[in-house]
Amino acid sequence: MKTQQEIFEILKAQYPDFITTQDTEANELAIEVPALQINSVCQFLASNPDLLFDSLILLSALDDANGKKNSEADGSFEFDGGTLSVIYHLESSKLRHKVVLKVVVPREKPEVESVSSIWQHADWEEREAYDMIGIIFLNHPNLQRILMPYDWDAGFPLRKDYKNPEFYMGIKVP
Amino acid sequence: MSIKTEHMVLNMGPQHPSTHGVLRLEVELDGEIIIDVKPHIGYLHRCFEKHCEALTYPQIIPYVDRLDYLASMYNEFGYVVAVEKMLGIQVPERVEYIRVIMGELQRIASHLVAVGTYGIDIGAFTPFLYCFRDRERILNLFEMTCGARLLYNYFWIGGLSHDIPPDFVRIAKEFVQDFKGTLKELNNLLSYNKIFVERTANVGILSVETAINYGITGPNLRASGVKWDLRRDDPYSVYSKLDFDIPVGQGLQGTVGDCWDRYYIRVLEMEQSVKILEQALDQIPEGNVQEALPKRIKPAEGQIYTRVENPKGELGYFIVSKGGLQPHRVKVRAPSFVHLGIMGELCKGHLVADIIAVLGSIDIVLGEVDR
Repeated sequence: MKTQQEIFEILKAQYPDFITTQDTEANELAIEVPALQINSVCQFLASNPDLLFDSLILLSALDDANGKKNSEADGSFEFDGGTLSVIYHLESSKLRHKVVLKVVVPREKPEVESVSSIWQHADWEEREAYDMIGIIFLNHPNLQRILMPYDWDAGFPLRKDYKNPEFYMGIKVP
Repeated sequence: MSIKTEHMVLNMGPQHPSTHGVLRLEVELDGEIIIDVKPHIGYLHRCFEKHCEALTYPQIIPYVDRLDYLASMYNEFGYVVAVEKMLGIQVPERVEYIRVIMGELQRIASHLVAVGTYGIDIGAFTPFLYCFRDRERILNLFEMTCGARLLYNYFWIGGLSHDIPPDFVRIAKEFVQDFKGTLKELNNLLSYNKIFVERTANVGILSVETAINYGITGPNLRASGVKWDLRRDDPYSVYSKLDFDIPVGQGLQGTVGDCWDRYYIRVLEMEQSVKILEQALDQIPEGNVQEALPKRIKPAEGQIYTRVENPKGELGYFIVSKGGLQPHRVKVRAPSFVHLGIMGELCKGHLVADIIAVLGSIDIVLGEVDR
């Protein structure tokens, strides 16, 4: 059983190029991983005999709402710039330790590598993250909407600057 | 001469009585053998997570009720534990005991629905009536405590909306005593029924590795033989003071992790809930259930993931606060959502009629899948 700090040290030794910081602002520590390295980092975490992270508890995406706010006359607004994040909670069922990873991507190009080849659970969670926040998961086998209608084209509802469309399929949206 | 063959696609739902809600399954068939099952969900989507961002922390509790509407008490349990952890509140012992009592009663109620409707799916109608007879008494207990039978808003952040009424402990003890007998009766009616065993044993076998890879938790994981229960492995509330066993699937009628095991694990868990209830009802201390209610609920900036053992599996709340009165983001790890993802894997190679047996055995609630 290892603590988050020990796992961070192991990862730092393994990937000295890009794993350098932990997000310490939140009271839950999160190791920051670049968006295009998350798959190889997760593969290492899942296969290393000292770590054995065989289960993804939760994959959640969120809008950091830290861009420049462009307000419009009707009270709505849009973000210019800023970031979106994806947070991974991993657990090892054999060694009983947990770790939190965090990926931060720019709002204009929210591309993250998929981890669904490592944990099947990620398949649906990534589809939900795409559906709600609009994170594009590269190499995902079936990246389409899951909770919203398949043909929903009004954007991603859990973004902070989401605006309800006026009509959907000719029906007024209340 | 070769005969041209092709796979057939069959639609089940969204209005199929055995889908337990509005769920559409797109089934690919080769004759009667299942090649793949693709669940299509979202028919009950009502933007729970978006609503949360516009509501204050206490206002979210009634919305939480509506996730897994068969286990509302436990959804609240998970949510209040998360917010209390963010605020650093210690709740009185009496509150913790009442929460555990309500939670375990709710677990029995939820499992009774799971077991009863599973019987109906397979074609045994009578056990359902026995299950609902007992569940009715639990709902009566909830009603006398907080006035509601299904959606309670009973757990508050830092306390409870009401203390339990004076008669509660006596009536609950009576129920627990009677339920031990009726559970045996139910067991004799359904568990070893030849037709039921034939339909469920050796169907939809879930191996440990697949289960963990798909994120399966709760009774479904334990049915595959893993002793994993958050009440013991990541204890919250006063579960560490109570003595109970964690039953696991043993493959008594077929293979470990088949549908029959997933059904039977719920019967065994009800026995354990009874054991917890007996202890908790005896040990419940005196106190004021509202003394720890915070005046202002405004967690500091940060994020937290907490989880509890819902009747269906691991229910987690990931809450991000930016220091305001409303959360910045609430993400729910809904066990039913995760469990539904394994349908294709479990059904492969079985017959069409087995879809019903597999779907009933993983026990989903669509309110929680779609949120």
